Amino acid sequence: MKFAFFPGCSLESTAWDFDKSTRAMCRALDIELVDIPDWTCCGSTPAHSTNASLASALPAMNLQKARALGLPVVAACASCYARLRTANRKVRDDAEERERVEAIIGAPYEGDVPVRHLLDALINDYKADRVRAKVVRPLSGLRVASYYGCLLSRPPEVVAFDDPEHPTCMDDLVEAAGAERVEWPYKTECCGASLSISNSEVVARLSHRLLSMAIRAGAECIAVACPLCHVNLDLRQGDAAKAHGDLAPTPVLYITQLLGLALGLDADALGLSALSVSADALVKKVSTTAQPARAGVVR
Amino acid sequence: MTQTLEWTNAVFLSEVERRSGTPVGACLQCHKCSTGCPVAPEMDLLSSQVMRMVQLGQEEEVLASNAIWLCASCEACTTRCPMGIDIAGAMDTLRMLAVERKAAVPDKRVKRFNDSFLQSVRWHGRVFELGMMTAYKLRTRDFFSDVDKVPKMFAKRKLSLLPHFSAAAKKVRQAFKRAEEEEKKR
Repeated sequence: MKFAFFPGCSLESTAWDFDKSTRAMCRALDIELVDIPDWTCCGSTPAHSTNASLASALPAMNLQKARALGLPVVAACASCYARLRTANRKVRDDAEERERVEAIIGAPYEGDVPVRHLLDALINDYKADRVRAKVVRPLSGLRVASYYGCLLSRPPEVVAFDDPEHPTCMDDLVEAAGAERVEWPYKTECCGASLSISNSEVVARLSHRLLSMAIRAGAECIAVACPLCHVNLDLRQGDAAKAHGDLAPTPVLYITQLLGLALGLDADALGLSALSVSADALVKKVSTTAQPARAGVVR
Repeated sequence: MTQTLEWTNAVFLSEVERRSGTPVGACLQCHKCSTGCPVAPEMDLLSSQVMRMVQLGQEEEVLASNAIWLCASCEACTTRCPMGIDIAGAMDTLRMLAVERKAAVPDKRVKRFNDSFLQSVRWHGRVFELGMMTAYKLRTRDFFSDVDKVPKMFAKRKLSLLPHFSAAAKKVRQAFKRAEEEEKKR
């Protein structure tokens, strides 16, 4: 299985651990990722809030470049994924938009390069059972709340690989990794996203709401697939607790880090040192429960 | 606020509908968008109120609201609207109109963040976080919020001192210029 990979800006800076763990996990699963050469920013929320033409053109520049690779594009960042899909849809559905975009990027683009999210590729192409078969260190007993946030499943006209109100792809992968899925009601509630910098007080309220609900539901950690969700739940966890009341420190891991652990990769290969809320205790827990099974010792 | 329940001014509604490509006029005030909106507690107008005021042509009030800037583009409203209105998309259009028509933006933080972000992309082809944050702080003159995060982010290698340039940065600059010209024609 081979994809053209669009890392996006966060994955080369604040979410370098998402980048590292995505690549390591894909190697372990024999999924080949070829970076789109000289990729550029998708524009994210600032572009679609400011200039509609730019919001379509920036993703289209990258997709047009990806076409030469002859591979479907995969993105790990939920926001990049949504922007690339939205641009494709606008260019396909609206002849005027296509004309504008082609004039801006200076190349023909029909909106035809397929864009997938890494989770979509894992669950629908690779399949959870195949992931399960490669697990060497089952995350037995680990209770994980999967947090999808907004853009992995919304709006369904644009993304459409899972249910918009009750997505399950990450939960299925969490189970494939041997962990326990935690059912909780806020899996698609917004964390405040890019308000993180401009209105951090709003984000503190929303993050606190999410974290306390996940904890109440019995989660020991949270799985995410979006760099902004990660910033708001992990880096800002301390702020949320300070503003709205104590929270039991809850590690927030990228789903690729959790799957990577189950596939036997070590903390360093998965960039776990980048987490603000340490996952050391969690790693220790899964290592000690998994080792006997690995050594074939009957308990 | 008293307002005759008549479409006394459909010009604003049709402009918003044309630019956003979504039928704001179809809103029947079920308030499903507002009840599921994560930032509703902080908004001065709920999203359903924004839709209604657009229908009634209350351009000034809508474009000067903080609601249109607090919308986090989470798409919950767009997903759930029974009339198929892309409410988050309409919010994008309202933000653009607010800037174009020089409306009094009550809280400029989101706008300044957007400008800082896009300036970074324009220069480097990709976001250079440290540069963007510095630009944002200079624009808002808010030098103290989040400074506690900086050492931590350096220690975790989440911030770099130098930008990552894309080899296609020049093309991105060109795209920005052309997109600004295209946008004027809308």
